[in-house]
Amino acid sequence: MIEVTEVPSPFCGIGTDDLTIRVEGVSLKVIDNGCAINTPAFEQAITDTSPRVNGKEVHLDIAIAAAAALLKDTHLPVIGGCATDVNGMRGLLALADRVGAVVDNMNFTGARNNFLALQDSGWMNTTLAEVKNRCDLLLVVGTDLEAFAPRFFERYLWNKEAMFLDDTSSREVICLGKSPSGSASTSPTGKQAQLLPCVTEDLPEVIAVLRALVKGQPITATAVCGIAVADLQALADKFKAARYSVVTWAAGALAYAQAELTVQTLSEMIKDINNQNTRCSGLPLAGKEGDQTANQVCGWTTGYPARMRFSAGFPEYDPFLNDTHLLLANGEADALVWVQAFNSKSAPPETTLPTIVVARSGMVFTKEPEVFIPVGTPGIDHVGHAYRMDNVVAIRLKKLRESGLPSTAEVLNAIEQAL
Amino acid sequence: MLIRLTGGTVYDPASGIDGQQQDIYIQDDRIIDKPLGEFKVDQEYDLKGKVVMSGAIDMHTHIGGGKGNIARTLLPEDHRQDPVPRSDITRSGCGHAMPSTFVTGYRYAEMGYTAGFEPALLPINARQAHMEMGDIPILDKGGYVMLGSDDYLLRLLTAKKDQKAINDYVAWTMHTAKAIGVKVVNPGGINAFKFNQRKLDLDEQNAHYGVTPRDILRVLATAVKELGVPHPLHVHGCNLGVPGNVQTTLDTIQGIGGLPMHLTHIQFHSYGTEGDFKFSSGAAQIAEAINNNKNVTIDVGQILFGQTVTASGDNMRQHANHKHASPNKWVTMDIECDAGCGVVPFKYKDQNFVNALQWAIGLETFLLVNDPWRIFLTTDHPNGAPFTSYPHLIRLLMDRSFRNDMLATIHPEAQKMTTLASIDREYTLQEIAIMTRAGAAKLIGLKDRGGLSAGNFADITIYTDNTDRQKMFEKPDYVFKDGQLVVVNGKVVSTKWGTTHVVKPDFDPSVEKGLKDYFDRYLTMKLGNFKISDDEIIEDGRGSITVHPLSS
Repeated sequence: MIEVTEVPSPFCGIGTDDLTIRVEGVSLKVIDNGCAINTPAFEQAITDTSPRVNGKEVHLDIAIAAAAALLKDTHLPVIGGCATDVNGMRGLLALADRVGAVVDNMNFTGARNNFLALQDSGWMNTTLAEVKNRCDLLLVVGTDLEAFAPRFFERYLWNKEAMFLDDTSSREVICLGKSPSGSASTSPTGKQAQLLPCVTEDLPEVIAVLRALVKGQPITATAVCGIAVADLQALADKFKAARYSVVTWAAGALAYAQAELTVQTLSEMIKDINNQNTRCSGLPLAGKEGDQTANQVCGWTTGYPARMRFSAGFPEYDPFLNDTHLLLANGEADALVWVQAFNSKSAPPETTLPTIVVARSGMVFTKEPEVFIPVGTPGIDHVGHAYRMDNVVAIRLKKLRESGLPSTAEVLNAIEQAL
Repeated sequence: MLIRLTGGTVYDPASGIDGQQQDIYIQDDRIIDKPLGEFKVDQEYDLKGKVVMSGAIDMHTHIGGGKGNIARTLLPEDHRQDPVPRSDITRSGCGHAMPSTFVTGYRYAEMGYTAGFEPALLPINARQAHMEMGDIPILDKGGYVMLGSDDYLLRLLTAKKDQKAINDYVAWTMHTAKAIGVKVVNPGGINAFKFNQRKLDLDEQNAHYGVTPRDILRVLATAVKELGVPHPLHVHGCNLGVPGNVQTTLDTIQGIGGLPMHLTHIQFHSYGTEGDFKFSSGAAQIAEAINNNKNVTIDVGQILFGQTVTASGDNMRQHANHKHASPNKWVTMDIECDAGCGVVPFKYKDQNFVNALQWAIGLETFLLVNDPWRIFLTTDHPNGAPFTSYPHLIRLLMDRSFRNDMLATIHPEAQKMTTLASIDREYTLQEIAIMTRAGAAKLIGLKDRGGLSAGNFADITIYTDNTDRQKMFEKPDYVFKDGQLVVVNGKVVSTKWGTTHVVKPDFDPSVEKGLKDYFDRYLTMKLGNFKISDDEIIEDGRGSITVHPLSS
């Protein structure tokens, strides 16, 4: 039995790297600094270690040959999930380039809200250490932040000391839209977050009014979607008075049509505030299921984020048409490869197409795939790299145990070689 | 495997060879002397009438790191203009302004380049920069780690720590980030922007720390020198792009007090305020200062007309420049109490007065600086133009009538504001070889690169001599990388992986005591998880690390 300290997590998206984990054989126990997301993700037991072809346990070489044979004659295979580490994505993109596949990260429909805004008008963003040391006003938009990342407040807002704030507990937290599910946003001195609740679908209207107020435009209405305009005016004034305010949202939580316009309005509002003699920054939340990793590696390898295709022999990007679900539903795809090294509960979408699953041990299927290859989890079974939510920081993942499971990269590289 | 390159006309400034016919022998990955006695040549290339140089080295090119990837993500419409299909030996990707990593490697090699150095390795983003560069085939690579706006350094300065403490921190950072040089960008300005300062002159104080850019430049230049890092402090100065900044640049040269210093993309820092448009060329003053101060080297950061994207650590200046964004979308970031970045697409137009004069200022600088060992050919890729425009730039430098023809087409008011037409100089092949090979290797401190004498790695480029220098330099006949033939007739014929060049200056291990406390209290990562191990670069079996000697 050993205890490993300073373990970084690829699961929570906020780059917690202070976990202590007890390792006994192949079983893991989070001893210190676990949370509702990281603890079960680390502790999940290994069940199957053997690859299967048509439900029958086979040697890894046989499964790889079967996967290659299945992909050999396809016209438009879709590689979905794309939840793995940097080397896994490198292998995935090499295979996709080889077979002319679609590459689609499973969180892209949410992330698309950010990419469309970014690619249309850009933004001014910040990262977690700047929040930890500078943020004096945090606006949380449409997101239950503590459910998304249970340790966000503890690590980045209620930290004991900050370089540029005398008293971190005097920071102000305002939740717009969704109200928090717990009390993590309450400061150590008991100061509660201010709530400006509205239904998620009303956020576009509320945020449009907020931006107008920030710009000093007259608003004649007294309330918008149940929120008093006076409260929004007070918020606009607080932005101007703050020294380093931060606006955060989870793109996937804005689950309504054309939510990219909401992200754009927020991002343009942030630019407006920076033109009013103070600083303000955006902080998009993400980093789950390898989404940032997939978008980064796909970005430098192809020029595009992880919803693109190689079917023409070169990379093409379309954030709508390359959606796995769409391609399966309308019959364009002729095979599915599902790559999910982090989460065994994230099974592939249902399909009658031939399916190859390269995934974390323990995945349960409603329909057994033609080929299933259980792989190690980055940060548990092998070393690797994963990106946190703020895009700049890649964390170095540790190997905690000797499970004998291959990495995603090893499996996907072997399939490509077999072609 | 023994290769003989027979009868080529060799330009090897590193050994003083200027256009002499010589045979070159390659044994495996190195150049060797002609073997003694009897020997068997496995492969011979007849190079009679061809020009032979070592592989070119780009000493300042943004090829790895987060801001480049933001630039890629920002511009799908640019990639769509230049799709790159896969082949049996190459990966697919995209080109133009900010190419994908694989295409970056292929296109550099296809122009005869065998190494490129990323000048802005943020310590916290160095991991990503190395991973991206790890996906650039053929080229050797390396990076200059960025310091000067990081809160740790500014805290050391405010606490009046001595130079040794600074040196230890700089050396430790170079180790952890796997760097071969140190860069400073808008010294302290990126930090000041986080305190809402929108400009920072050389002697202006950071509102929180009370430290000035001049202080930062001096301690970092001293650290680099005292640590024996061969590459001088790599400086992106204050006031990038601001009319009148020529004075800031001249003051920066004076202020460094004779310490070695490299001023990068100096074109963007050579602007006066004369004329009807209050924008004029400071190139003559800059060139005179460079000619008179032997401690200073520069690269130009030439702009060339067309669409590109600017990606810089200088978020303070990039924020100010966003009003010129074309297309109108842009990104800035504050980064981890460490640095920042700003990404602004630009379309430089020959009929825009400012852009046209920027073009002329860069060329004036090239032509007025006398010593080719102290000036380097860059466009600050992709900021002034994509690196694929280098052959065109070489023609502008080597061909006066071509240059003057181009000059006659730019904005007429800009033509009146430049002395370019009166400058007769034409660069020679030897001078091009100095700027892009021998001089660059010397400046960076690369052992056994940038030369063609025995003992050097066999990074060799062979061109067909052509009076159209653009045609000549855009399509080499052969390129060898570490003795492997990688390009024939301007097309990649095989690929390999280059090495990562670093230096490892000494430091007192007790430096980690203060750092650990700082990381635990203020940063978001444990110190142990922050440090990049050699394994991270070499574990996938294709990367390697080459450690270069320190200066004595």
